[in-house]
Amino acid sequence: MTEHHPHEPFWRKYIFSVDHKVIGLQYAITAMVFLLFGFCLMLIMRWNLAYPGEIVPIVGKLLSEEGMLTPDGYNSFGAMHGTIMVFLGVVPLAVGGFGNYVLPIQIGAPDMAFPKLNMASYWSFFVGGVLMLASFFMPQGTASSGWTMYAPLSIIAETGETIWLFGMVFLITSSLLGSVNFIATVIQLRTKGLTWMRLPFFVWTQFVTAFLLLLAFPPLEAAAVFQLMDRLAGTSFFLPSGLYVGTEVLNVAGGGTPLLWQHLFWFLAHPEVYVLILPAMGIVAEVLANNTRKPLWGYRSMVYSVIFLGFMSFVVWAHHMFLTGMGTTMAAFFQTTTMIISIPSVIILSALFISLWGGSIRFNTPMLFALGFLPMFGIGGLTGLPLGLASADIHLHDTYYVIGHFHYVVAPGTIFALFAGIYYWFPKVTGKKMNERLGKIHFIGSFICMNGVFSPMFIQGLAGVSRRLYDGGTTYLHAQPVLQWNEFMTMSAIGLGLFQFFFIANLFISLAKGDKASSNEWDATTLEWAAAPSPPLPHVNFEKVPNVYHGPYEYSTNGDNGSNRDFTPQHEAVKG
Amino acid sequence: MDATQDIKKEISGYMKIFGALAVLTIVTVAVSLLKVGIGLAVFIAMVIATVKGSLVASFFMHLAHEKKLIYLFLLITLVFLMSLFFITFGTIGDQVGVKIVSESISSGVH
Amino acid sequence: MQVPYTVKARPDTGLYNAKIGIWLFLASEVMLFGALFSSYILLRAGSTTWFVGSEELSVPIGTFNTMVLIVSSVTVVMAWASLRMNDLKKYKLYMGLTILLGLTFLVVKIMFEYLPKIEHHHIPSTHNFYAIYFVLTGLHALHVIGGLIVNAYFWGPGAKMWETDPEQFTNRIEIAGLYWHFVDIVWIFLFPTIYLL
Repeated sequence: MTEHHPHEPFWRKYIFSVDHKVIGLQYAITAMVFLLFGFCLMLIMRWNLAYPGEIVPIVGKLLSEEGMLTPDGYNSFGAMHGTIMVFLGVVPLAVGGFGNYVLPIQIGAPDMAFPKLNMASYWSFFVGGVLMLASFFMPQGTASSGWTMYAPLSIIAETGETIWLFGMVFLITSSLLGSVNFIATVIQLRTKGLTWMRLPFFVWTQFVTAFLLLLAFPPLEAAAVFQLMDRLAGTSFFLPSGLYVGTEVLNVAGGGTPLLWQHLFWFLAHPEVYVLILPAMGIVAEVLANNTRKPLWGYRSMVYSVIFLGFMSFVVWAHHMFLTGMGTTMAAFFQTTTMIISIPSVIILSALFISLWGGSIRFNTPMLFALGFLPMFGIGGLTGLPLGLASADIHLHDTYYVIGHFHYVVAPGTIFALFAGIYYWFPKVTGKKMNERLGKIHFIGSFICMNGVFSPMFIQGLAGVSRRLYDGGTTYLHAQPVLQWNEFMTMSAIGLGLFQFFFIANLFISLAKGDKASSNEWDATTLEWAAAPSPPLPHVNFEKVPNVYHGPYEYSTNGDNGSNRDFTPQHEAVKG
Repeated sequence: MDATQDIKKEISGYMKIFGALAVLTIVTVAVSLLKVGIGLAVFIAMVIATVKGSLVASFFMHLAHEKKLIYLFLLITLVFLMSLFFITFGTIGDQVGVKIVSESISSGVH
Repeated sequence: MQVPYTVKARPDTGLYNAKIGIWLFLASEVMLFGALFSSYILLRAGSTTWFVGSEELSVPIGTFNTMVLIVSSVTVVMAWASLRMNDLKKYKLYMGLTILLGLTFLVVKIMFEYLPKIEHHHIPSTHNFYAIYFVLTGLHALHVIGGLIVNAYFWGPGAKMWETDPEQFTNRIEIAGLYWHFVDIVWIFLFPTIYLL
């Protein structure tokens, strides 16, 4: 039965759509707004770190009467910067945005397995985001005990932890619905001929990511319920007996433990960081294969590595808890699993590097960001190793070293990969080309500034400067020699912000009057380029459902099918 | 009709399983009245609950005749659940029974 | 083109989409209740005082509720079997019974367990025993309510689908049944853990 879609009213076509492409764009646009907001929070924090206690320009009056960021305000911004970037920015863009839009088309499907569920998961995310944002305007303010919400502080705090927890319930629900959809879609809706080992690597990373989200989030949901009960119903799930707050013992039944929160939180939060990186690796793999004009090196190893990585990510979580007194046996356990998990990461990164060898490299904007990802993720990963070693972690835990490490992985790591993806798939989504010159300026400026913001953090961390300090360490003797980096990092952050204008401008200008893009603008092999128009057809994607005849990266095929193109699309058989 | 006959056989199977579940429920309660140590009590209770749960899963949920893929999902889930519990217990289990609050403080509480 | 394999099974996996979807969802629920159970054990093991379940809670009421849910598991699978035998009337009977039994469970729980506890000031903030009792059984009860809403929809307005697409409707009842059985299994573990141990 052919589907004839009658003219849909505006609200059905663009607001409450079940089309994965519309939903993907909804996620992407919402996420980018949140990323910008989270970035601005960081700029204000960084201004204060460079010039503690001084009036913040432009937005000062919004922060306090005197115009500067208060210590409480700093804590509040710190907690929300982390929360917003991770849960409202990166994951919704990488998974909700890119995953939703690209995955079904790459596997030759007309949509996700459960389109209505897909719509529900976006709107659940939206509600969660609104709650998180709303907390800025409430009298008690936002959550302020870190994105990690450690008990007992998070329980006795009189700030916005409660609304944070309710917001998380909506975000977790959104994630769960989405991951069920992604897994079922990949398993069931691959088109004819698309066997598992012919899947684009991007699909594999989204598939493994979905499993991480599916199985790791529920314990955090349980923990959120416990913490809500502790805050609202006076329970003591995370409160021990005899806890002093100030000079008085807290009047609760006691018998709980803060460590239970930490275990349940990190059981999610560690797999969460792989949720942050895996889609990025998938995007980089696609862009690299396309712009080297050769197949990925070690595709099979990469697939096995990403599966192994996903599995291992569930048994390393307490390397975030080395300093909680777990005893040397358990510390050795987590240290060992953490060292083991670095192996698949290295395999994937190495395979991506080796994929460049002998390639005919095209240095367009998506490729520049993908290339930039490689050493940046390398630095991020390498700096994680001392943190995974329990003894070194004693010195580095809760210092700026940690902040440097994870930002390298997420910021010039994942976010660069996401930029690569935006520049790469923009022509497919809009049918228009982005401006290359603006893109290159965006890249060079961002690359330099990213390193400027985050590399001094290793220096400060090694000197022992603690994280989450309102004044960046000015009151500590051991921080004095490295304080000068604060101003340098802040200037780099401002520079980084300024260079994003090139990107934002490029988006709007290209949308308005960019050159028309062809349906296979990058001469790519994967189905979304080779078999669907730009943009793909509403609801069905393809004019004719493609069948697949070979692997996803048949590049450097010489004059196949009598043409002089150097690639064979996945939905055409290789001849001669 | 063949299909109806098969379904009728299934239904009589459901009734048998129901009978087993009812009996096992009684057994659960009866066994709990025995005076055994907490370790043994937990073991017995969990074994019986697992048998009951398996009956519901295998026959009412048709898991016994399900496809391999579903078994794979459940196996993976079980592995992660076990690691959540046992590894966590490993890190804080040695604190079990240790009195955190000293007498002098606790005597002043509520 | 419609989304394929919504009703017919995909040949290589042997499954239709919703079957995979519900089992994935149940896997996540296993993690949720598993985390709750694990927390119960960790809290109880680390607590200096605890209560004897059978002294604080009524074993007869718990046993009764356990049987109620088990019978409802039978009725819901009978509902599905009825549809496979093309008997809509029997389906409505069995699904109706399932809903009634579910409501019975909730009414017993609220009227004869929760309310008396609250009257005696045995509330979550009193001690972690009650805290975990209310959270574990409360979340389970919320899942029962969710299942009741779904079942009621399929008993009522949702049953219209039998006329247009009986095969898909039968599949949906199978899926709803799988969820309901899971809720039963959780209680099968909950009951001895909290009431008897």
